[in-house]
Order: sequence, then C-alpha cells, then structure tokens
Amino acid sequence: MRVLVTGASGFLGRAVAARISAAGHEVRTFQRRPSGLPGVEDVHGSITTGADTPYAGLAYAVSGMHAVVHLAAKVSLTGDPAEFEAVNVGGTGTVLQAAEDAGVSRFVYVSSPSVAHSGSSIMGSDALPASPDQARGDYARTKAQAELLALAADAPGFSVVAVRPHLVWGPGDTQLIERIVDRARLGRLPLLGHGAALIDTTYIDNAASAIHAALDAAERVHGQSYVITNGEPRPVAELLAGICGAANVAAPAWRVPASAARAAGSIIEAIWRRRPDGVGQTDQPPMTRFLAEQLSTAHWFDQRRTRADLGWTPLVSLDEGFERLAAHYRVGR
Amino acid sequence: MFAVTPLGLLRNGPVTDTRTSSRRLPRTASAPAALPPAGLVGLEPEWSRLIDVVESGTAGVRHGWHLLDNGPQLDALGVSPVGTILCVHGNPTWSYLWRGLLTSATKAAASGAPAWRVIAVDQLDMGFSARTRGFRPLARRVRDLGDLTDALELTGPIVTLGHDWGGVVSLGWAAAHPELLAGVMLLNTAVHQPAGDPIPAPLRLVLGRGVLGKATVATPAFLATTLALAHPPLSAAVKHGYRAPYLTSARRGGVGGFVADIPVALAHESRPELDRIAEEVRALAVPTLLLWGPRDPIFNDRYLDDLLERMPHARVHRFEGAGHLLAEDADYSAAALLWLGDAVVPPAAPPVVPPVEPPGNAAAAAGPWAVAGTHPLWYFLDELRDSDETALVDMQPAPRTVSWRLLSLRVRQIAAGLVHIGVGPGDRVSLLVPPSADLTAVLYACVRIGAIVVVADAGLGLVGLTRAVRGARPDYIIGAAPGLMAARVLGWPGRAISTARYPAPMARLLGTRHTLAELIRLGQARLAAGDELPPEPAPSDPAAVLFTSGSTGPAKGVVYTHGQLSAVSRALFLQYGVGVGTGLVAGFAPFALLGPALGARSVTPDMDVTAPKTLTATAVAAAVAAIDATVVFLSPAALVNVVATADALTPADHAALAGVQRFLSAGAPISESLLAQAAALMPGATAHTPYGMTEGLLMADITLEGIRAAAWAPDGSVNPAGGVCVGRATATTRIRISALDASGASAGELSEEPDVTGEIVVSAPHVKDHYDRLWLTERASRRGAVPGERWHRTGDVGHLDSSGRLWVEGRMPHVIVTAAGVVTPVGPEQRIETLPEVARAAFVGVGPPGTQQQVAVIETVPPARRLHRAPGPLAAAVRAAVGSPVAAVLVVPGLPTDIRHNSKIDRSRLSRWATGILSGGHWVKP
Repeated sequence: MRVLVTGASGFLGRAVAARISAAGHEVRTFQRRPSGLPGVEDVHGSITTGADTPYAGLAYAVSGMHAVVHLAAKVSLTGDPAEFEAVNVGGTGTVLQAAEDAGVSRFVYVSSPSVAHSGSSIMGSDALPASPDQARGDYARTKAQAELLALAADAPGFSVVAVRPHLVWGPGDTQLIERIVDRARLGRLPLLGHGAALIDTTYIDNAASAIHAALDAAERVHGQSYVITNGEPRPVAELLAGICGAANVAAPAWRVPASAARAAGSIIEAIWRRRPDGVGQTDQPPMTRFLAEQLSTAHWFDQRRTRADLGWTPLVSLDEGFERLAAHYRVGR
Repeated sequence: MFAVTPLGLLRNGPVTDTRTSSRRLPRTASAPAALPPAGLVGLEPEWSRLIDVVESGTAGVRHGWHLLDNGPQLDALGVSPVGTILCVHGNPTWSYLWRGLLTSATKAAASGAPAWRVIAVDQLDMGFSARTRGFRPLARRVRDLGDLTDALELTGPIVTLGHDWGGVVSLGWAAAHPELLAGVMLLNTAVHQPAGDPIPAPLRLVLGRGVLGKATVATPAFLATTLALAHPPLSAAVKHGYRAPYLTSARRGGVGGFVADIPVALAHESRPELDRIAEEVRALAVPTLLLWGPRDPIFNDRYLDDLLERMPHARVHRFEGAGHLLAEDADYSAAALLWLGDAVVPPAAPPVVPPVEPPGNAAAAAGPWAVAGTHPLWYFLDELRDSDETALVDMQPAPRTVSWRLLSLRVRQIAAGLVHIGVGPGDRVSLLVPPSADLTAVLYACVRIGAIVVVADAGLGLVGLTRAVRGARPDYIIGAAPGLMAARVLGWPGRAISTARYPAPMARLLGTRHTLAELIRLGQARLAAGDELPPEPAPSDPAAVLFTSGSTGPAKGVVYTHGQLSAVSRALFLQYGVGVGTGLVAGFAPFALLGPALGARSVTPDMDVTAPKTLTATAVAAAVAAIDATVVFLSPAALVNVVATADALTPADHAALAGVQRFLSAGAPISESLLAQAAALMPGATAHTPYGMTEGLLMADITLEGIRAAAWAPDGSVNPAGGVCVGRATATTRIRISALDASGASAGELSEEPDVTGEIVVSAPHVKDHYDRLWLTERASRRGAVPGERWHRTGDVGHLDSSGRLWVEGRMPHVIVTAAGVVTPVGPEQRIETLPEVARAAFVGVGPPGTQQQVAVIETVPPARRLHRAPGPLAAAVRAAVGSPVAAVLVVPGLPTDIRHNSKIDRSRLSRWATGILSGGHWVKP
C-alpha cells in the first residue's frame, strides 16, 4: 500500500510514518519541514491555502496514494483562533478534497479526545461524538469541527476513520515530556489538587501501532471514532513522578488547589492573548484553564470497542514506557 | 406543608363530622371529557381514548370518560392479551400515574413475554374525564367504574391495580365482579379507618373547616403537596404532566370532592360503603400483591397491617425509601409484571423432580435428634419440667441459677399471661431484652403460643433498629427501660410490656401497659384455674423475624418458621454435639437463645451485649466455671478482647478453660492467628468457625486445623482466584455455585464443579423461610425450581475446591468487572496483605462495570495518620503483589467496616469514595 502521512515532522507523525514504513508500505510524507526519516519520500509544503497556493504540492503528494494518514495540525494551548481555524479545519478540508480527487480509498484522521470533552471528568466512557460547541479552547473546537468534516466525507470507496490518541508521550517528545521535565528541573511544576485524578495516557509506540491498525481496519470500521490509550490510568501525580523519575529530576513537591489553578489559568490565558504583537509569540503560557482542568480531573476511557474493532492491543506498558524514557535520558546525559 | 403539623395539636382539632363535607366545596361547572394535551412526558398519545358511558340507575345520563389503553398497541404487535390490568388512580392524580406500566407492559409484550392489556381510567371529575357537577361518593364511584367496564365490554381475566383512594374504588369493583377478577394489586391505600383512631394528620388539616375548599379546589395546594411527596423529587416535566388536568379551580372540583368523601366520622355517608368493601376484601380469594412505600405520611404501615390482616395470602414488598407516590419512587411496573407472571399467568410448570434427601452424616449422629428429626423449640422445657438440673445461669448482676423446673414453669406462666392480655398466634412481639434468663423465658413463651418474636439487635445502630422495628410492625414490645424509652421516643409501634416494674410516672413515660411480673401473676392464676395453653403452633407457622446486619443496604427482616428454627438447633447438635446436658457458654446471640431448645445448660457471660468488645477472658472463664461448660460460642469482636485480656487469667481460670472441648467464633470471618491465639487459651478445645448468614445460620464449618491445611497446598496449586476457606457444608446443607458470566452476574446453573467462581447458593432445612414484606427481594434470593427444595442465593461469591471445601472470594456487589474479565476482591486483598507494610487491604473497582479499573485501599503498619496516595515503592509493591493492573493505591487511616461485626469491609462504599477521589473530587476520608 502507498500511504501519505501528513505532519510527519511532529513527534507522533514521525513515529506513525516510521511504523507504517517498517511494516513494508511505501510511505510519502507531507509537511513544512523534513521528516528526517530514512526510507520515506518527503514532500514539503503547507496544507493551508494562502498566497502561495500550496495545493499543487499537496496534489503531488497525494497522487498515486492508496491511503492518507492526516496528522498535520496546529497543536497549541493558545494562539490566534483564525490560525487554528485555517490549519485544523481548512487544512483538513483541503487534504480530504485532495485525497478524494486523487482516488485515495482510506483516510485516517488523527483527532483528539478533547473533541468530545466538556471539562467534566471522564471515567471509563467510550468515544462520544465530536462536539465543537462543547469542546474547550480553540484547539479542541477546531479539531472537533475537522473530525466531523472528515467523518462526513466517509463514503463507499472512501473509508474515513477517526482515531483520538490521548496524551501521547515517549522519548523525544517536546510537547509534553520536555515541558514537564524542564519545569520540574526549575522547581516550577506544582501538583494540581491532590494529584489523584486518574489519567490515561498513550505511549508513543502504542499510538503509532493503533493508527497503523486503524489504517489496516479502515474498510471495516469506516465512519467510526476511536479513543486510543494505554488503558492504564494512573493518578496524575504518579504519572508526573514517573516521568520526572525517568529524567532523574525531582517530582513535584508542592500543591496548588485545583480551583485556584483553574482560575489562574483563565487569567493567564487572557493576559497571554492580549500581549502586544511580536512578543513571545511562540512560547506557551505557564497555565491555561484547559490545562488546569486536564490535570485535575479524571480522563480515562473504555477501550473495549477500540481494541476489538481495530484488532489492536498496546504493546508497551506504562512502566515499560517509563523505563524506555529513562534509558533515553541516560543516553542523552 | 401539611406533613410537618404536630400530631398532638390536631387530635382535638377542628375535624368536621357533618354527614358529608361536600357542601363546603365551591360548585364547579360541568365540562366534557377531553384528550390530554400533546407533549406530556412519558405519555403516548395513542393510548388515550374517550368513551361515553351511561350512568347506571339514571334515565340515560351520560358521562364522558378519558382512559389510557395499550390494547391497540398490542393489536399492532399481533399479540393477544392474557388479561387486562384495570388501573385506578387516587386523589389528586390521574391515569398519568400508570404511564410506566403501559410502557413496560407493551414493551414486555413486544419482547415475547405474556401480553397484558393495561387500561388506566381517569375517574369522573378527575383527570381528563368529564366534570359532572354532581358529588360522587364512594358507592357511586364504584358503580361508575362498573358502568365503564360494562361499556368497554371487558372480559376476564382482569387484575385490578389501585393507589390511594383509587385502591378502595378498585377493591369495590373487584368485590362486585368476582367472575372477571383474576388478581388484585394495590399501592399505598387503605380500606379501613379504625373508630377512634385519628386519620392521618395531613388529611385532618385539609378537612378542617374553612380549609377544605381552599386547599383542594380554589388553590392547587393539595395537588402541589401530593407531588412534593416523591422521593427523589419529581422533575418539572413530570409535575407538569400531573398538573395538566387540574390547571384551573373549575377543573379541581373532583379533587375537593374526593377529600370530602373521606369517611372521617362514623356518620359519614360513605362510611357504610367503605366498611362493606373492607369486609368483602376478606372474601377475595384471588392472588394479591401489595406494593408499599413506607415513607407515606398518609397511608402509613398501619394501613398495610390492616390490609394484610384482611388478605393474609397477599405478597408484600415494602420499598424502603419510597413513599406515597410509590409509582414514581420505585419500579412498581416491573414488580407488577413479574408477579403477574408468577401468580396470575404462570409459565408452563417445570418438570417435577422429587426432592433429593440431603446426604451427610445425619444418620450417623447419636441421640434422639437423628431418629426423631426435629423437635419443637419447647420440647425440652416439657421433657425436663420436673428436673432440678441447671438450665440457665445469668452472670450479671450476680450469678443466678435457673433450674429446668423453674424455667419451664416461668415459660408456661408467661405464655398464659400473654394469652390473657390478648397476645395470639401470628402476633408479632419485639424483644428488646438483653440476653438473660428473662429474655429466654419470654422468647420461649412467645413461640409456644404461636406469637412471632422480632429479634433486632442493637448492633444495627439506632437508625437501623428504628427502621427494622417499624418495618416489622410488632404488636407488642417487651423490653427494659432503655429499649422501651427508645421505642417511645422514636415512635416504634406496639404495646409496651416492661421486664421490670417502674414507678407509675416512669411507666407512663415509657407507655407500658404491663410488666413481666404481672404477666407471670396473670398466667399463674390462669394455669391455677386449669386453663390449658393454646394448641402448639405447627412447624410451618412463622416463629421469628431476625434481621440482617444491614451491611448491604437497609437491614432486612428474615422470617423463620418453627420447623426451620428447630432445624437450626438440630444443625448445632449435629455439628457441635450440643445436646442434653451440654454446658454451653452463649456469647453469640442467635445460637445462645437455642440452648434450651437443645436441652443444653447455658450461661450468658458477663458482658455488655451491645458492645461485644467488652467481654474479658476472665468473664469467659467465670462463665465456663459456673456450668462446667464444654462448648463456648463467641463473636469475633468478643474474641479479640478475650485474647487481649488473657494476661489477667488466674491459674483457676486456666483450669476452667482447659475443660472446654469445642469453641466457636461465629458471625464474621476471623483470621487464623486470632483463632489460634484463642485456641491457646482453651488447649483442650477444637476451634471452629462456621460460615453462614442471618438467612442460613450454619452452612459450612471449618476447624483451626482445617484452616491450616487449606493454607498449605501440597503441590503448590492454589486456585488463582484465592479466597477464604470456610470448610465443608454442614450435615444437612448442600452448597452449589452459580458461575459468573462476563458481566459479573450469577447466571450459571447450580453446580458442584470445582474451581468455578460464582455465587454461593445454599439449601438446608434450616435456611430461612422468606424475607419479611420484601417479596421482590425474596424472589430474587431464590434459585431452583424443584418443588420442596429451597435454594438461597447468599450474595457471596466463591468456589468449591476438588475436595468439596468452600472458598469465599467476596460479595456479589463487590465483584469487579474489568475489560479483561471478572475479578473477585478477596484474592488480591490476600496477596496485598502478604506485604509486611500492609495491615489490611480492600480491593475495589472504579468506573463503569465492564471497563472498571482496580484500586487498592490499604491500612498500613504502622497506621497512617492521614489519607494519602501510596508512595512509589509501596504502590509498586502492591502492584507486583496483585499481578494485574492496579490504577491507584490509596492509604487510609482506617477502612470502614459494618457496625455489627466491625470486621466486614464495606467495599461498595469504598468504591464510591475512591471514584470521587480519583475523579479529582474532594479529598475526604472514606
């Protein structure tokens, strides 16, 4: 099978492209930066339509492909809502159109559990329909819109499946792991509340293998959404301690009441948004309301349908993941 | 608004006794019947129909009726009904009350179950039926309903279902239509208002002069009050549904009319009709189901008692926590359909298999028991009536010896005295007497005359005890000052009899009518006059109501017949050799009381029975010495303190204890080490611990050696499910397992196959007869359909091993259903408890069954001072011990346990607590 992976320069995108390639498929990637992966064909370009109309590049990238795995997105806690809209909704529409035009038969949309999350705790529920109206924050809202867009394109001969990996982490992750470790190193990582909220995460290899499984199963499970996790929820404090332990930095030792963090998050978020243009556009606020909710309420999912339908089980346990992370940091030092 | 009115103020209140109260009601205009508006929640428009009916006894006066009827839906399904349920609402509701039954009945019919046509009427002047302008007293309403069923040309079989005053109307109809009647169902209602007994305070208030019209017609107050009686409160949408036909005062005339028709006084025009119906109800021979919400300020339990007295064959289920609007508070429709299937249209009978004689060593046992089977409970009291041997010893306040002669005489005297004051067969007598010679004498006197003893122990706590005693509705309460005071203050029912004599003011305060001494005197006089005791009750007559511990929901009353209690005695004899002449230290209540039934010499050690932890080793030794005891029964909580106070034993005490041949720790599981320490105090004794429950007191038994043998698996092969070995079935007991399915339900056929985990199901002659006024619970607790066999589902989960030993793995509600399968809690707990830093563990599930996560909650060594997450190394050790994914390990200062035994961990509560903590909720103690 010839497979196009968009967003393959990102942490998860790279792993997915590598995994599919290793499985013997012919992989092409499409993103602004090189994926740096051996054995795959990199096509550079952007999925957002603009002055330079990159559609031509995308059209080339998707030509001759049997399948598309679409990961390219704007992932951030804050930012210009218009930009989220353009990349996550507009970009997905563009890729969907290009794929259909090119006669692609399978389309895996990589989504996020936040598309169906209204802020309350999730304890063992299965994937609920994406809900842009209820989703918290621009990222979740636009990802929800895009998921609905993708699933609406599902049609005979064009099998669309949405997968929602939850909190992907592993060695080399700059989004989650590096930030936690950096903050912990600086002593700026508090525990929200008592750190007891059960949170399920996804080790990088498991996320990649699940997406691969969804690609294989697409013709059987098209039109569906699946949450993907390790299926091993742990109290958030244990997760943070596990990550800090692997990186050999001190685990968070001080607490902030969850309600205070949520309130502070709202304020910080507002301040960040109003900062004068040109100042620190690329950095992230230290706390947002969304993040505070994420870290102080339970998030774990019913994985039975995911595993049964995709014929997939995670291969790397949480504790094995921590060991691999530790090995990565030992080598890195 | 009415329910809070103090009763006392109303007793002399302005209750009217005019012939009818209807004259005080505002006149309202007539109006035709109409269809309900669209969009009432739960109401399907296609049920509604209108019909004109000629009023009997008139020259063609016609009234329009609105009724709900699922007949057309059944037609559309192509099924023919097995019968019709005729539903009659009360005041101030309407047929909307029965919408749940219409839905369930149609759904059941669609799924292939027997189809029941449900017709729910709106009585005239009510709901969406016509407003007739006439006043419709009870007799008219009963005829109205008959006019309607005639017009509908209903044929049988018909089962009536009534609520509130609709219950009375439906019973009136039932009595008048025996040829159509196949059954009667009632929700909170009443057919009789005892003369001189005040009617419920809320109604008296409404009936007060100047209040009736305002409360019921001019304002929607009566309606609003009724709707506020739901538990939990009704949703706004449902309230809207109930209000829909009564939006204006013109439409509420019938509400006031109904209230005015309550026959408060003997002279009331509807009184004769009510009395007629109340009497005719006695002649109804059809199957009857009473579904009851005890939290009803109007139709409280005394009306249930009255109905049961009239219809003793009725099945009863009291929905604890539900009230007047039972139809909203509980799933009455499921109960009704279940009962209809059982009692009215039973499914094809299963093939009859003759009951199998229980195997066992019964025949091998010596003595008269094996030959004669069981004896009546008073057998030895008659047999030994001329014996001066010791029957009982009371250790407090000072040792007091009672001979068989005296005990037998006292029992007969008290029995005769009870008869004299009017206690008869079937009357319930609540015993609030601490274990003592008095309790024993009163208990045997009660059972001898066929009264049913209600034994609720203080271990339930005051709230649980109040609920238990109220639910059991004793006719008499016999007790000492503390018990009687509680009864008085908490409004427990029953006439009070005190065991001691109190000065008149105190007696008045306690509300006592008689004392025990008086009963003895009265009885003595009767016996001296040559009166015989009444005939002995039969083995099938109910003898006692005991209460469950309430560790899973409200305590349940458990009814034993005479035959079953005798069978408990027999089981004790067969298992532990307690018989004539045995000296028995009775430190465990249910068994203690059976000493005289066994012909044994028994002694109650000096202890506060409400606090078994107060029993000392010295007190046990003194009790043993007092009667040369060879058998000692104790509770686990008592045993803890006995072991802790062993240092105080003198050489003489040790010598006394050395004579003990058997001792038993009963009531809750016990650790091997505690049993071993206790055994060390009684070196000549075999230590036993039985497995059982209030519903079946002695189902299996194991000795200390047996426990040790079970722990040591010669080939290293231990069932991975783990569990506590409770030994083998007792002589007359059979134990089977109903395997758990993937959802954790015990669906499997009863089986003895080893190493299959499932619900433990037991059968024995000494298993309880039924739960008291809990028909649904009783039905759910039964397994098997072989006539003559009673299989009781214990609610415990476990397995049998290849040598027939039973292993308990937890309680059914505590089974964890993970995505990987069903997990029982005891095995993981045992593995966690092997860690040196863990004192006790509870293993619970959080999240939805099917995808639950496993959570360990532990007490540490030394105990933690505050709640916290287990630190990394401890959490890792716990996870390694369990061997399957554990989401979280929480450390608590103490695990919550049941009140009675202080040993059974409440895992359901812990699960709810852990769910809160682990969802990011408040950090509170369990």
